[in-house]
This record gives sequence, C-alpha cells and structure tokens, in this order.
Amino acid sequence: MQDYGPLTLHVPEPAVRPGGTPDFSNVKIPKAGAVPRPDVDVEPETIRDLAFSIIRVLNRAGEAVGPWAGLLSDEELIEGMRNMMTLRTFDARMLIAQRQGKTSFYMQHLGEEAISCAFRKALSPGDMNFPTYRQAGLLIAGGYSMVDMMCQVYSNSRDPLKGRQLPVMYSSKEHGFFTISGNLATQYVQAVGWAMASAIRNDTKIAAAWIGDGSTAESDFHAALVFASTYKAPVILNIVNNQWAISTFQGIARGGAGTFAARGLGFGIPSLRVDGNDYLAVYAVAKWAAERARRNLGPTLVEYVTYRVGAHSTSDDPSAYRPKTESDAWPLGDPIMRLKNHLILRGAWSEERHKQAEAEILDTVIAAQKEAESYGTLHAGAKPSAREIFDGVYAEMPPHLRRQRQQAGV
Amino acid sequence: MARMTMIEAIRDAMDVMMARDERVVVFGEDVGYFGGVFRCTAGLQQKYGKTRCFDAPISEAGIVGTAIGMASYGLLPCIEIQFADYMYPAYDQIVSEAARLRYRSNGEFTCPMVIRMPTGGGIFGGQTHSQSPEALFTHVSGLKTVVPSNPRDAKGLLIAAIEDPDPVIFLEPKRLYNGPFDGHHDRPVTPWSKHDLSEVPTGHFNLPLGKASIVREGAAVTVLAYGTMVYVAQAAAAETGIDAEIIDLRTLIPLDLETIAASVSKTGRCVVVHEATLTSGFGAELAALVQENCFFHLEAPVARVTGWDTPYPHAQEWDYFPGPARVGRALVETMEA
Repeated sequence: MQDYGPLTLHVPEPAVRPGGTPDFSNVKIPKAGAVPRPDVDVEPETIRDLAFSIIRVLNRAGEAVGPWAGLLSDEELIEGMRNMMTLRTFDARMLIAQRQGKTSFYMQHLGEEAISCAFRKALSPGDMNFPTYRQAGLLIAGGYSMVDMMCQVYSNSRDPLKGRQLPVMYSSKEHGFFTISGNLATQYVQAVGWAMASAIRNDTKIAAAWIGDGSTAESDFHAALVFASTYKAPVILNIVNNQWAISTFQGIARGGAGTFAARGLGFGIPSLRVDGNDYLAVYAVAKWAAERARRNLGPTLVEYVTYRVGAHSTSDDPSAYRPKTESDAWPLGDPIMRLKNHLILRGAWSEERHKQAEAEILDTVIAAQKEAESYGTLHAGAKPSAREIFDGVYAEMPPHLRRQRQQAGV
Repeated sequence: MARMTMIEAIRDAMDVMMARDERVVVFGEDVGYFGGVFRCTAGLQQKYGKTRCFDAPISEAGIVGTAIGMASYGLLPCIEIQFADYMYPAYDQIVSEAARLRYRSNGEFTCPMVIRMPTGGGIFGGQTHSQSPEALFTHVSGLKTVVPSNPRDAKGLLIAAIEDPDPVIFLEPKRLYNGPFDGHHDRPVTPWSKHDLSEVPTGHFNLPLGKASIVREGAAVTVLAYGTMVYVAQAAAAETGIDAEIIDLRTLIPLDLETIAASVSKTGRCVVVHEATLTSGFGAELAALVQENCFFHLEAPVARVTGWDTPYPHAQEWDYFPGPARVGRALVETMEA
C-alpha cells in the first residue's frame, strides 16, 4: 500500500483568457494616501509591508493626498503631462510609420508613460539609466531630440547608431541613457556595476536599473540584487510590472511570491510598490529612492504596478492571449487622464488647454517626423553606408576585418 | 629584469597597472583577502585597499555584468573567473554585452576590460577544471583573445590587455603557472627559474596584441601552437629530430596571419596543435586560413592534433591530453605525406 498519490505539476494560469470577462479582483488597491512615507534611512526590516502595498497619491476624485503628495508645482506637473502626451503621440506616429513599412519594428508605451517620464525628473545630470525598450520617456522628458530618436527608428542616414540597432534600442550617454540591449535583464546587473564604480571613485552620481516583470526570472536579476545588496551600491532597481511578458501573464515569472517587490526583501533591500499610473506617486518614490542612493544608504527596489495597454511590440496581437477589453478594466486608470483631472481640479489646467496642448504636440511630433523622414526611412531614401558594418567593432580595425571589408567591396 | 613564475608575472602586471592607473580594479571569487585560488592576486588588496581589489559573490554573470557597468562608467576592470570552465553563466554578458557595447552604441559606450581565466588541463582537474574554451571567444566579434605561454609574455600581454580599449579574454594555461610543461607528465617538474623566459622586465612593460612569436626556427614544417602546447611542440620536434618552425600565436584574435603565412610558405607543411576539442576548434580556423593563404606552397595536408571531442576525463587525463608522442606522430606523418 502506497502512502502517497502521484505528484502533479502546477502551471499557473491568468484569471481570464480571451472570451472571458476581465477580472482584476486579485489586484488589491489600497486607498490613495494610505501608505506611510518612511525616512530614507529607515531600517529595511521595519518597512517590509511596503513591498506588499501600493503607494498612491492621486485618489479617484483627482486629489493628491497623503504623505507622498505635495512635491511638485503646477508648472512641473504640466510639464510632466506634456512629456507623457508627447511620448504617447510619438508612439502613435511611429506605430503608423511601422505599418506603412517605414521601419521594421516598433514598441509603444501606451498606459506606462508616467513611469519613465516621472522617474526622469528624480535624476540629476550625470546619473545613468540602464533601460529596457519601454522607457523612452526618459529621453523625451530629458529633452533628447525627437528627430534623433526617429532617425534611429528609421535606421536612416542620420541614425545616431548608424543602422546597427533594432528600432527603439536608443543610446545617449549625454542623456544618461545606456545603450539598450535586446537581450533581457543583462542591463540590470550592469547598472549595479556602474553604481559600484561611482562609489569606488567617490563620485556623486547614481544609477537606475530597469527590468520588466517577466525578465525578473532571469538569473541576471538575482545577480544584480546580490551585488547591490552586498556592496550597498547607489542604484535604484526598478521593476515595471505591466502584467504581461508578451503573451505570458506575470504569474509565470512571479511564482508563489506575493509581489515582485517582495523579491528584494530576502536581500535586505528596501522594497516599495507604487502605482505606476500615478505621475505624482512615481516621482515621489523615485525621489525617495534617489535620495537614499545619494546619501550612500544603498539600493532601493521599486515595483511599478501598471498595465501594458498595447501589444508587446508590432509583432504580436494581444487579443490572442487576453480579453480585448482587459485594459478598460485595469483599476489604476490612465496616467495622462489622471494627471489631467488632477491639474484641472487644482485650477491649473482646463479641457480647452488640454485640447490645445494635444494639437501643439501633434504638430511638433509631425514636424520632427517630416524632418526625420527627409533623411530616409528603412526602405527608402538615404541610409547608412555599408562601410558602417565594419566600423566600431573594435576601437582599431583588426586585419581580418579590413580584409573582409575589402571583400565586401565597401 | 627579475625572475618570475607565470603567477608572479601576472600579479606583477596587475600591480604595475593598479599603481599607474587608479581606474584599474580587480575582483572575482576568492580574489581579495585570500589572493585567488592560484594566488595571482595575492597582496593586491593589502596594497591597494578593498575597493580596488575585492571578493565577489559566486556569480560569474554578476562579476562580468558589474564589470561591464564599471567599464562603461570609465573604470578598467581586470576580473578573474576562477576557472575558464565557470564562465558559461557569464557567456551572455560577454557575447551580447561586453563584445557589442562599442558597436551598438556607435562608440558612446565602450568596454575596456580584461577577463582573466585559468584554462587547460594537466592538473587532474576533470571535466570542470580543464577546459579550453578559446574558440567560444574567437567566434565572437568584438572580443580579443590572448593565451600567453611564459612569464615574460604573460606580463607584457596582460598589461597590453588592461590598456586595450576593448574587452580582452585572457586565458592563462594553468599547467604553466609554475613551470613550462612539455607533456611528459611522468618526468620531474621544471620550475620557471630554469627557463629564459622567466626573466621579466620590471615596471611597466607591454607587448603588442596580435604579434606571434617564433620560438623555434626551422625549415621542414610549421607548427602553430599556443599556451601549453608550445612546449609540447618543442618536445615533439626535439624527439623526432624534425626541423620544425614553431610559432607561438600568443593572441588568437587579432591573429598574426602574416607570420603564419610567411612560415608555411617557407616550409610548405603545417601542423596545428591545441588542447581544446577538435571539431570547430580554433585549429579549424587556422587550417582554413593556411589553405586560403598558402595553398600553392603546401606539400602535405594541414594536420591537426587536439584534445578528443569528449569531455575532459579525470583518470584518463594523459590519454586525452595531446602530448609529445601524438604531436611527434603528426610531424612524422606530415613530413612523409
């Protein structure tokens, strides 16, 4: 007689699949203003609950409430909203351009604009982001040229990266934006190394690492947390939890852990969860984490709870793996709408001004697009020389590459 | 000049560079307080402090990944992977990141770093402490791969590697750490103190990457070797009495094709030797280059003597290792062909 029955394998499933009714009842949303704001030198052990809650500032009425509120002026908030609107418009134009065959591929931010736009505001010149492909708000909010970004997307004759990189894999040292890798999670541990270097040199600069919910399963994520924890690196470890890794729901990477932020607790890293669709909350938490890094208090892990409204990229169709109306049911709303309502409530904004801003921004983006397209698109007009294939593999071209370039006849 | 073992020469290279340039940092598993399992970093933490030389968690991806971040910041990391066999968890960081930062960012971000790894067998290390993975690096664009064979070269090449603006894989044949080894495992060990190339220039001294060295001039056949096999080839030439010209490649990428082609064009015969497995090994690349560049001078097929296409065995180490008898046989066959 056997004491045990046969074993069975557990494979997690999302609450709902296509055809079902969207259900986010499992996403527990605390009231705005409910989560306390600890001192930056707090003992990580005493704020473990922050890894399981959600820091929110904007409530349903559009008011900014609680201990994380009150950091930004009307002008700063308007600028933040314009940045988010610009990013959304930029994305919309580039998506159309991709469909028109002007480039091979594109990835949009729809619904996630607050995260990179607000985070950028918490950094200082010289700080370095190690982004993924969905943080272009760091560039837009940092004032990087949209024409240069579009030239990169088009891989045209003015592409700052000479046509070598997939669209949206930008790079700008000057704007604190590390060259994006298409391989996931590799940049997370590099950010920790960059921060360690800053500390080794007794510099004042800090680093920010970026990763998505799905890629936290990579071993590089765990290596990054070990090194950040061991050497108390001045780094902000950001996890953007947008619920979906292409077609795979976040439960596959998260497993039995309550939250992604909770991953940091075992490393003794203060770990916070924040409403990623709340510009004010994102900024407040980023500022808190940056302050810790600058004061040499070490790393902070931040999970941004958000929702990827669009497809992963132009290469997938979300209706094949989640209900079409799921994004409408997302309980944290739209970041631009929420900030707009807040600004109107503050008396700093109006529907008319919003419409006017939308039109202005569209004009600016279209003008940038026109200029970028005058330098070529992927399949038409001017493009980078084939000679560029061989340049920059090494600082100095070794003999075997010189021979191959000659063979290529370029 | 000073007499040094390979270990002392490697340590001296790091010491010289750490003293000259504050951007040089050294870290890895057991590298700090203890000074490394092979003692290559002994004393560096005491001399330069623990923010310049420190112990790392057992995470090769973490060691290489953080070093890439440091290099992109502007430091010059010279890191140790305890055994080349342990580098696989870091392979993504090496191939997709270190090797490509310069290219993909159009020069905005670069990765001036050295990854040191003990390589090769001959110490009864079994399959996880004996591998020679050089071909996994030479196959990757953006990397340079160096394999020194003596203390003088080890110091000069390591300093050049640290000064190089691109990532360099520095493979240290561990069987050569304490003396030259010609494959006669049953004979007494020769210490470096009895070898001319243990005379190492003191202070700053570098050798160019991409320059091979002719360690024995000869007219009958060219032997292309690197690392431990340089001594095995010399023993095989002496024991067969064949007037071989033995070339120590020193760096595999960039490769000194000029020296190789000039020699094979002169001798008309070529034997390629390495300890790594045969199929898709660096010897395949060398054989292809020789036939492309010297075909009309060749009087015999290019021969390869390498490790077998199996994992590196433990008890049967000397049946696996391509020793002087096997290399000698290939020399004789190539002369008779």
